[in-house]
Amino acid sequence: MTPDSKPEAQIPAPQIPGTGGRRRGALTATPQWAASGLRLLISVAVTFLGLLAVTFFIGRVVPIDPVLAAVGDRASADTYERMREELGLNLPLWQQFGHYVWNAVRGDFGTSVLTSNPVLTDVRRVFPATLELATVATIIGIIVGIPAGVIAAVRRGTWIDHVIRVIGLMGYSVPVFWLGLMGLLILYAKLDLVAGPGRIDLYYEGLVPTYTGVILLDSAIAGEWDVFRNAVSHIVLPASILGYFSLAYISRMTRSFMLEQLRQEYITTARVKGLPERTVIWRHALGNAWVPLVTVIALSYGTLLEGSVLTEIVFSWPGLGFYITNSLLNADMNAVLGGTVVVGCVFIGLNLLSDLLYRKLDPRAR
Amino acid sequence: MTVSSPPPTLRAWLLDEAPASRRQAWCGRAFRGWLHFRRNPLAVTGLAIIVTLLLVALIGPWLAPHSPYAQDLSMRLVPPGTEGYLLGTDELGRDILSRLLYGARITLTIVILVAIIVAPVGLVVGTVSGYFGGWVDTVLMRITDVFLAFPRLILALALVAALGPGIENAVIAIAITTWPPYARMARAETLTIRRSDFIAAARLQGASSLRIIVRQVAPLCTSSVIVRVTLDMAGIILTAAGLGFLGLGAQPPSPEWGAMVASGRKFMLDQWWVATVPGVAIFVVSLGFNLLGDGLRDVLDPKSGN
Repeated sequence: MTPDSKPEAQIPAPQIPGTGGRRRGALTATPQWAASGLRLLISVAVTFLGLLAVTFFIGRVVPIDPVLAAVGDRASADTYERMREELGLNLPLWQQFGHYVWNAVRGDFGTSVLTSNPVLTDVRRVFPATLELATVATIIGIIVGIPAGVIAAVRRGTWIDHVIRVIGLMGYSVPVFWLGLMGLLILYAKLDLVAGPGRIDLYYEGLVPTYTGVILLDSAIAGEWDVFRNAVSHIVLPASILGYFSLAYISRMTRSFMLEQLRQEYITTARVKGLPERTVIWRHALGNAWVPLVTVIALSYGTLLEGSVLTEIVFSWPGLGFYITNSLLNADMNAVLGGTVVVGCVFIGLNLLSDLLYRKLDPRAR
Repeated sequence: MTVSSPPPTLRAWLLDEAPASRRQAWCGRAFRGWLHFRRNPLAVTGLAIIVTLLLVALIGPWLAPHSPYAQDLSMRLVPPGTEGYLLGTDELGRDILSRLLYGARITLTIVILVAIIVAPVGLVVGTVSGYFGGWVDTVLMRITDVFLAFPRLILALALVAALGPGIENAVIAIAITTWPPYARMARAETLTIRRSDFIAAARLQGASSLRIIVRQVAPLCTSSVIVRVTLDMAGIILTAAGLGFLGLGAQPPSPEWGAMVASGRKFMLDQWWVATVPGVAIFVVSLGFNLLGDGLRDVLDPKSGN
């Protein structure tokens, strides 16, 4: 480790424990820290309220009459009115919104008409599948995307840079549902290299107990390696296709962050000192490029959680996107809006997380 | 040494270091941008693809060998290369090439409609927010954040579910999910220039806020908005195609490319062309927009290096 080129060198002194300076610093820092924490909290709360306002509004616009959906079209006017009151639809709009927010905070998004389960129960059941897919895809994106971005930055302007750029742009341009279909056609139907749609083969289903809902983890915990291998062969194709998109984004951002770092003086210093080029690039430059990259990765993770809608449809992957679309095609608005709010919350959470991580990693942002 | 007067060619006029008029300066800058742009083969490829799309959308109906709706059940699922059916036919015996050519219009319509809704809205919200600051800024940016917090496709899905499927509603849904980044961008640009001397000068001359925003601030934000629009086009096309694929965008028998992929899905294993061909079209067009946008960014945005 070379202290002159590491970000730690920029941290001002207060790391020595037990000194008066540190305590005084901590005391004066606390209100500021609390203020920024409070501001963050308020902004998250406002965003969450806005999210609910939009879904509430969409729920009002829908041409489906929720009362009619509940009582059926042969109910008497009396029953209809009673149901209307029971659902709280006779109240003024702002009160309805108040109820809606209160219920949402408690995690109550109503009952899905299609499955007749509470929406949250359904979402909890399908979410691990989406999480599994998005996580594997992000890992693929990181493993391939970061080295590709670094190489593109180092070999800037050469043919390698152009090839990586074009491959990245193709990742942005390809319709994911079509690529999925093509992948299934060639790799599954024609060449039989990977397993087909679904998370796992039918005869493996239910073989492993559910601990986390993530089949890869569950089967590994249970030591059922057959199941594990089968699940891997199912997830490889959809995760690669999703990962391609994330790879395109990550490699592009890595390239621009690396270019920025390589222009800095500490890189010249490190080179002048005679450090091997490999150390300069992969340790020093990438070491500093990591800070903004964490934000990028968190954001792309969020995009994958939602971008998987079409992939899940093509691969019959029983995740959140599949659930929302299916509910939508069956006019099950509770499920659609509940699912939307959940995805929105995950999105807000990831944004918050990347914000906090950024502050934690970059001493200048504190 | 004699100073030779420059040859009076158009090129020299354009590249004149000392332009005599504002128009000449403007044309000269555009020409230099074009010379820079032309050096990038990828960007030129992108431009060629987009020009082709425009041409096809314009004269496609005259090029198409068949009507996109004409069914011929005796010729259903004919493979590509069959006499009279260059790209084969679909499950109702409709010529895929003709449908593709007509579909270009739908794609272009969606993209243009979204762009002319989104760019001005983002520009107005962003410049107003950045110029006035204070509580106006806070309120507008909170609203922007709310829409940014929504995953795009899922919000579009929910909106289409509420409004009902169809192209117009798909356009509205996509526009509602697309504008926030424009507002963010325009605001950031406005913040960097609002304390400039020329803004102060305009204000001292008695220009109203409206006039300053429209005449001074907004023009300076447009080049980044244009780049962003071009880069977003691909995303818009993909979202529209995705909605079409799910059956929530353009409705059958409309020859929308995403819906065509969806209808070909059933015949994937034996008649691959029904789903493949429209997918390739979506891919090529959005790649074209991405290449073009990438090249435009290099030309219009000196900050990005190169």
